[in-house]
Amino acid sequence: MKIKALLAASVAGVMFAGSVLAGTLDDVRARGKLNCIINTGLAGFAAPDDKGNWQGFDVDFCKAVAAAVLGDANKVSYTTATGKTRFTKLAAGEGEILSRNTTWTFSRDVDLAQTFIGVNYYDGQGFMVPKKLGVKSAKELDGASVCIQTGTTTELNLAEFFAGNNMKYNPVPIETNAEAQELYKAGRCDVYTTDASGLYATKMSFDNPAAHVVLPEIVSKEPLGPVVRHGDDQWADIVSWVLRAMMSAEEKGITSKNVKKLAAQDNKDKEINRLLGKDPLQGLSKLGLSADWAVNVISQVGNYAESFERNLYPLTIVRGMNALYKDGGLHYIPPIK
Amino acid sequence: MLNVLKIWRNEKSREIIVQVIVLIIFGWFISWLAGNVSGNFERLGKDLSFEFLFIPAGYDINQYLISYNNRDSHLRAAIVGLLNTGLVAICGIVIATIFGLFLGVLRLSKNWLANRIAYWYVEFTRNVPILLHILLWHGIIINTLPHPKQAIDIFNVSYLTNRGFYIPKPIAEVGIELFYLFTVIAIIFAILFSRYSRKRQEKTGKQFPVFWINLMVIIVFPCMALAFNNFPISFSIPELRGFNFRGGLHLSPELIALTFALAIYTAAFIAEIVRAGILAIHKGQREAAESIGLKPDRVMNLVILPQARRVIIPPLTSQYLNLTKNSSLAIAIGYMDLVATLGGISLNQTGREMETMVLVLLIYLGISLSISSLMNWYNYRVKLVDK
Repeated sequence: MKIKALLAASVAGVMFAGSVLAGTLDDVRARGKLNCIINTGLAGFAAPDDKGNWQGFDVDFCKAVAAAVLGDANKVSYTTATGKTRFTKLAAGEGEILSRNTTWTFSRDVDLAQTFIGVNYYDGQGFMVPKKLGVKSAKELDGASVCIQTGTTTELNLAEFFAGNNMKYNPVPIETNAEAQELYKAGRCDVYTTDASGLYATKMSFDNPAAHVVLPEIVSKEPLGPVVRHGDDQWADIVSWVLRAMMSAEEKGITSKNVKKLAAQDNKDKEINRLLGKDPLQGLSKLGLSADWAVNVISQVGNYAESFERNLYPLTIVRGMNALYKDGGLHYIPPIK
Repeated sequence: MLNVLKIWRNEKSREIIVQVIVLIIFGWFISWLAGNVSGNFERLGKDLSFEFLFIPAGYDINQYLISYNNRDSHLRAAIVGLLNTGLVAICGIVIATIFGLFLGVLRLSKNWLANRIAYWYVEFTRNVPILLHILLWHGIIINTLPHPKQAIDIFNVSYLTNRGFYIPKPIAEVGIELFYLFTVIAIIFAILFSRYSRKRQEKTGKQFPVFWINLMVIIVFPCMALAFNNFPISFSIPELRGFNFRGGLHLSPELIALTFALAIYTAAFIAEIVRAGILAIHKGQREAAESIGLKPDRVMNLVILPQARRVIIPPLTSQYLNLTKNSSLAIAIGYMDLVATLGGISLNQTGREMETMVLVLLIYLGISLSISSLMNWYNYRVKLVDK
């Protein structure tokens, strides 16, 4: 009898140990807060405002997930990470989501045991130079000193671009965006390179943005998106469908202003009904979400376009590739059915 | 029971028992750590593998002492980083030692001004964190020196800019072998000659001006070789082309800032160690030496310093180790040392935190242990021999 009880206990123990990973949603609910890993500071994506609250495109996504899961977009605690520490922090469990302009690549997805849940920003690496250099194209940069933010895909793209065009350069690797900006401003480098979105953000933070120019060449594909740990499919599904809900809302014309009204009425477009909980959405209970999950997201954070316009328009970033497919962009959203 | 007590009361066997227990606990702790790591790795679906060392690194390094390009492996990138660490450490140690020795002696000077300058230097320097020294020097170079287009020109061959210093680079041509050969011969001669003259002095009491003769030999002999083969050396002179200077030898602001910051910081500590070593010699030694008519520099070189050396070397070793390990702060200004290559970009590109960090740790351990053993060997040579 005793042995049996012991066996049962140990089996339960093993099962519990095996299911530690699977309970991300329960962990977040039990804590009452979502832990989100964000950039140490990149205007437009994640930067503190004058009251010390984090604002930005990546921050909005953390808020959206908190709204879907906890019903309140403000129940997020933020952890910052440099390019170098972000994956370690995610793997160590310091956050449930890594929402930090992170490029989706094969080895990061497969070898680092993490799940990219989708693309929320299509980016590409570009170059910024002072206007007075008179450079018109990145192909004129032979022999230049280039400031790079280290710990990113940037280093590899840069090496390939310069080698591919038979040009030499002098790399100056810097740990954070802020330090790299200082060196660029002091003239230690001729060129600053990072994702084009980051270049625009950096440029706008200068005293005289008009004195700098972002060159037309985009030398890489940088699909940026939120990342979660491998092993909890339920959590990965929640995070990815929050992103799709925001994009669907834009597609269907649901905004933070009209979402309450649309949720209360019966709409002709049944997809709106399913998204806003008017009609049943089959499988929603398996995600452990309540029927008003999308209403919470859209009313508290807004749809994809609202978040984009609020955070990235001030940086003079246009929608471009990041428009919906029907507007000529790349975002094509699976149907909410 | 009685037997057990007996064993415990015996001092020898008790010592053994205690040591065995401590060893067991230590072993258990290590195995627990290893088990913890492997357990967590399994949970995260990761494995421990060093294969990444042999795939192409893909990134460029701005300073390499051995040939390197971005198609070389992570291993080679790590070696390039290690050599960069070595370069900074060796230059730093040499400058810090010379400067520290000078300051230490200055600190003991009876000249009030010299004494005070050394005192304030030591107090200011060693009470500011090393990271600030590094950032300060780097900031000074990149913010005060001009852009390459307005470079400070030194005789049209060297240039100071905020991208670093560009100096002529000697390039060996055919026929340089004779120069190398003569240099080696001159050095061997110098060693043999100083041995011979020491023996001769012990026997007859007569002295040669050994230092000056050796200096002459080491300079004149190789120069003769150069002249004989019509000076087989050419110089690559830096010149401004496009964005930057090309040709010549480029000393980056990061290299200069790091070397100087480390040297200047460590020199303050070395100065205090030298002062302590000299003060540790009883003043009777000095008085005795003076009373037999030795001149002040002889008193210092023959009586005080040989004894002070024994006091100085053990703490000096620690300072050398500190300087070497502090060089890992290079990452703050983007100098590509071992931590920035293997422990930085390679870590990032491959995601192998555990493997790269263990390697970095072992390499630093290896460097530190070799410095210590070298210094211990020197310490052993100069230590007091009982007669």
